[in-house]
Amino acid sequence: MADERTSVPQSRAVPRRQTRISLVWVIPIVALAVGVWVGISRLRSEGPEITITFESAEGLEAGKTKINYKGVDVGTISTIRLTEDHQRVIAKAQMAPRTEAFLVADTKFWVVRPRISGANITGLGTLISGSYIGMEIGTSSEDKRDFVALETPPVITGGVPGRFFVLKTSSLGSLDTGTPVFFRHLQVGQIASYTLDKDGRLFTIRIFVQTPYDQYVNPNTRFWQASGFDVQLSASGLKVQTESILSILIGGVAFETPAESDALPPSDPDAVFTLYNNRGEAYEPPPRYPQTYELVFKDSVRGLVPGAEVDFRGIRVGEVTDVRAQVDFRTAQFTVPVTIQLDPQRLGVQVFGQAPPALLEAQRRVLIDSLVAHGVRAQLRSGNLLTGAVLVAFDFFPNAKPVKVDWSQKPVELPTVPGTLQTAEAKLEDILNKVDKLPFTEIGEELKTSLNQLNLTLMSAQGTLKTADNFISPDSPQSQELGTTLMEVSRAARSLRVLADFLEQHPEALVRGKQGEPKK
Amino acid sequence: MSAVPVSAMQQGLQNCHACGLLSYPEAGAEEGRCPRCSEELVFRKRASIQRTWAFVIAAAICYIPANILPVLNTTTATGTDSDTILQGVILLWSPTGWPLSLIVLFASIMIPSAKIIALAYLLISVQRGSIKNNGQRLRLFRIVEFIGRWSMVDVFVDTFTAALIQLQPLMSVSPGPGLFFFAMVVVLTMLGVECFDPRLIWDAASEQGVQYG
Repeated sequence: MADERTSVPQSRAVPRRQTRISLVWVIPIVALAVGVWVGISRLRSEGPEITITFESAEGLEAGKTKINYKGVDVGTISTIRLTEDHQRVIAKAQMAPRTEAFLVADTKFWVVRPRISGANITGLGTLISGSYIGMEIGTSSEDKRDFVALETPPVITGGVPGRFFVLKTSSLGSLDTGTPVFFRHLQVGQIASYTLDKDGRLFTIRIFVQTPYDQYVNPNTRFWQASGFDVQLSASGLKVQTESILSILIGGVAFETPAESDALPPSDPDAVFTLYNNRGEAYEPPPRYPQTYELVFKDSVRGLVPGAEVDFRGIRVGEVTDVRAQVDFRTAQFTVPVTIQLDPQRLGVQVFGQAPPALLEAQRRVLIDSLVAHGVRAQLRSGNLLTGAVLVAFDFFPNAKPVKVDWSQKPVELPTVPGTLQTAEAKLEDILNKVDKLPFTEIGEELKTSLNQLNLTLMSAQGTLKTADNFISPDSPQSQELGTTLMEVSRAARSLRVLADFLEQHPEALVRGKQGEPKK
Repeated sequence: MSAVPVSAMQQGLQNCHACGLLSYPEAGAEEGRCPRCSEELVFRKRASIQRTWAFVIAAAICYIPANILPVLNTTTATGTDSDTILQGVILLWSPTGWPLSLIVLFASIMIPSAKIIALAYLLISVQRGSIKNNGQRLRLFRIVEFIGRWSMVDVFVDTFTAALIQLQPLMSVSPGPGLFFFAMVVVLTMLGVECFDPRLIWDAASEQGVQYG
């Protein structure tokens, strides 16, 4: 057989051609189907692409940084690049599917970094996880894809009911975004933002007050800075006021509505209020029509500073606005003109509504003229001996020289009298000067010689006394002689008595002499 | 060796793949069973080119998502990171770690693509009846056959990592969808190699009576 095979040429055995399509083609078709399905599902899992412009890409990482809304990842930063002018950073973000509804005109984005501001420590998680982008969904219905990130994260993120109000203040103090707002020592809100006005004079602070406390804000509500310790060292002494331990540490804003204005309707959102420096000031609003006067003092104004109190018999009626020195070269007199502002309302001038300035002017002229005519004069007084603060006091001085107020001046000068302290000082000085003039040295010298002489005199007096003593001692001859003499005198006195008796009985004896015994 | 080598098929003989016994089929039959070990005997693998093409195309399709989709999801305290194969290569590239990076680059990106290209080349050359570089083509086939299984290293590494690193909540690793496609590429190319009959390479040469030596 084998030989036969090798010798006989045989038709070539051709492998059977596989004409029918093999089942194996199912595999690439399945692979294609799966691939297409995965691709489609992946495309569908990609939401819209947005761009966010940042001031700085610090902490952001392309492909890693997430956009987070209420703790849910809703997107990822895909690319980060600089703007054309290299000033800002544009980040492209791939959002999750079905986030189109979030991306509206007033949706806000910001970078969440660890931030310690006052009472709030936020974003601690980012210390470990790195920064992420926070998001607040807006309420607008207008679609938007290009956003500008906020510089600072908003303090109040959506969903908290309450109202915003606007405060105006000249100084920010220790306030910051997130600083608490207190109502009766209860924290009811926060400072949302602050901006310096264009003219650079006032700060506009937006605060957020949560419901239900926002209803206690009405047009008569007073806001003041409860910044830490409010220590006031003034002519009236030391005053310390605080709102809470928290506000001691970080400051705060407190508000209060006077009880008599409870009936007023609550203020509208974004109503504007003035932020006073402290509670006292908040309840004692600055004068509405301050009037400027000038007082010229000839005595020292040490301790008088702008802001010092001006009072009228103890009632605060204004404050000192300026203190300066002035030398009159003709008379070589040194005077101190002090500018003060008086609140006419506090002097009893009633201002109803928007009183015409002319009427106010007439009223104050009458008032001031009558006061001055009754002897009211300004005087510097020591307000606080401890601090040396000096205040300007108006009081009645009936003995003061009558003066007339010159209304043509500007500002009008009011009469003054020397201060109590100064007059007392002057008197004391006078006395001291007189005392000083006494010739103490000469007096001393003279006193010394006098004393020496006195000493000598006393010594001689002592000798004299001793002699006298000897003279009158009982066993002295003088004394004995005296005794004998006295006996003699006594005898003499007796005989004299006898003589007197005799003469009484025989007065004729004076003429006739003694007749002897009568002859009987 | 001046004789024109004749292939077994041309002589109507079949070689048993299992025991190596040479036999010829019964008259009229093209297929049979080995008289010694009962292994199926064919002249050439059935529909070899068609099947190989099918697997190569399937592998090529799977190769795209395997490289686009992430193969590894790493969840740490800082968040979840998804890395594709290429990102892994870039991640590993460091002054000290570059050899590892190169290994991953070769094993996971270059070898699968090279296999697909090599198989496609072999198939096209066989279909066109090319008689050139027979020896080189055969060597290429041997290399492809040998190297194929090593691509699974990547899959194993990934699955081991995912199984071992489960330190929740600190850190955990899970395989991504790309890994499935990558494994499919490896498996499909291996199946394609399996379906390809290297004897087809020199069938054309035998038919044209090309002399060897």
